[in-house]
Amino acid sequence: MTATQMPPAVRPSGAAAAKKAAGRRREGAAWVFLSPWVLGACVLTLLPMAVSLYLSFTDYDLFNPPNWVGLRNYTQMFTEDPRYWRSVVTTLTYVVIAVPLQLGLALVVALALKNMRRGRGFYRSAFYAPSLLGASMSIALVWRAVFNDGGTVDNLLGTGGWVNRPGWSLLAVALLTVWQFGAPMVIFLAGLQQIPGELYEAAEVDGAGKWRQFLSITVPMLSPVIFFNVVLQTIQAFQVFTPAFAVSAGKGGPADSTLVYTLYLYDRAFVASHMGYASAMAWVLLVVIGAVTAVLFRTSRSWVFYASEGER
Amino acid sequence: MTTSSTVATRKPVAWRRLALHVGCLAALLVMLYPLAWLLATSVKPADEVIASLDLLPSRLEWSNYTTALDGVNDVSVWQLLGNSLFIAGGAVIGNVLSCSLAAYAFARLRFRLRGPLFAFMIATIMLPHHAVLIPQYIIFNQLGMVNTYWPLILPKFLATEAFFVFLIVQFMRGLPRELEEAARIDGCGPFGSFFRVILPLTRPALITTAIFTFIWTWNDFFTQLIYLFSPEKFTLTLALRSFVDASSTSAFGPMFAMSVIALLPIVLFFLAFQRFLVEGMASSGIKG
Repeated sequence: MTATQMPPAVRPSGAAAAKKAAGRRREGAAWVFLSPWVLGACVLTLLPMAVSLYLSFTDYDLFNPPNWVGLRNYTQMFTEDPRYWRSVVTTLTYVVIAVPLQLGLALVVALALKNMRRGRGFYRSAFYAPSLLGASMSIALVWRAVFNDGGTVDNLLGTGGWVNRPGWSLLAVALLTVWQFGAPMVIFLAGLQQIPGELYEAAEVDGAGKWRQFLSITVPMLSPVIFFNVVLQTIQAFQVFTPAFAVSAGKGGPADSTLVYTLYLYDRAFVASHMGYASAMAWVLLVVIGAVTAVLFRTSRSWVFYASEGER
Repeated sequence: MTTSSTVATRKPVAWRRLALHVGCLAALLVMLYPLAWLLATSVKPADEVIASLDLLPSRLEWSNYTTALDGVNDVSVWQLLGNSLFIAGGAVIGNVLSCSLAAYAFARLRFRLRGPLFAFMIATIMLPHHAVLIPQYIIFNQLGMVNTYWPLILPKFLATEAFFVFLIVQFMRGLPRELEEAARIDGCGPFGSFFRVILPLTRPALITTAIFTFIWTWNDFFTQLIYLFSPEKFTLTLALRSFVDASSTSAFGPMFAMSVIALLPIVLFFLAFQRFLVEGMASSGIKG
């Protein structure tokens, strides 16, 4: 509002020179706007990445100056540390269980809500709520109690408390992730609502059944959103920490069955003070997540359908 | 003829709709069970927490809450609440300020290296937090900032949460360019048009940023666990954790009473801003 009341700027003569000066001023202004981000990116992202790469080749322990040890952290990790491999297997198992279950449930619920006339907004919000609450310590503690000996699950199924049984504890952690299916569900639902209704009408006229419509219209039209959710949830699942910490009281037990990668990294870095070793672990995690993302992007070319590409 | 055919097709549709609602409500009940359990347990007498199979307590044990208010390690819940609020509030201010500044440059201004820098910014959304964690810790340790709130708040003022930069960029791109041209003709420089024209119009994205930042910071455990170790600096999340370590199952009631207190701000935020939260989440995937 106030902007319109300001007097018009007095422009110097010589349009080209003025334009150049304005361009330079705008360039300068851009860097002023960017300066907090640039500082953060340099000091809190790039520099730490470089430093952690360096530390991964040292025996740094936070108290003594680091000594160069070459590849020893890496060789120790891959060949001499069974707990490391245990954490790798645990994390992969967790990703393979939690991500498909969570996204499958999210898609099913989104499809159920898609054509609902009354109550859709209510269900959408209600199913979304756990996504906000689920990351909290409060809910993690509830999970530990509900899945403990004498907890609800034990009483209902008679399986004993899952959190005390090595074969079951990770499933309890995974179910906490599945419980938070609301966030991807909301994204699926928004994607479904962008599919033009005419496509379904045309398919109906051509005699295509519901299942056929799902496979030939819904899946390809939704594939960019499916891809987005798969990438995002997979990356997040690789970094799961709080539920595993809470369910096992920070130990990753029983018998290391909930010792996910980040929990072991935390243990090495901040309990055992093996900062060099933990830095090597962090870099392996970074490379693995980067590789998984790259693979997902590569396969996406064969199954993700972008409508705008077809028009081009 | 026509009426009979519509009746014939409508009837199963009505049934299906009913079945859909029954199914959704049933799913909702299962999903809300942990919350019901939490509320019920927070007012259960000590002997019923484990021994009793009933969800509902036989009598309401409000003393769980008075015990919880006393806090942990001689730090009252009010102080823990204040600490949590201070960190979350600082994070909200930092994120809204720094992310909107960066977003404006990426969305509207021209500068060298804009393409590569934007790509780098997007890549940092995917970057695992743990890759930079240890050196960040070492840096803050060198600066004498461990066991202060600086490591928890300062990064937010440097737009390190690229997700929000991206969110605001997407929103700003949707604003008509004519607005700034009009502002420029009226004599506004980049700063004038940002603060007077663009920022007020970006309010929905800023509110989404503020709410998500608040909730994520409130729930955050890992960063707080690493950086804070004096009990008087603890947040509710950290206090809950030390509750687990320090007490036996007899303190279950007070522990879950405190859990309810810790969840309350998020529940209130959710009820007040659910539209922003759901819309914000929905748009993040569509435009990505």
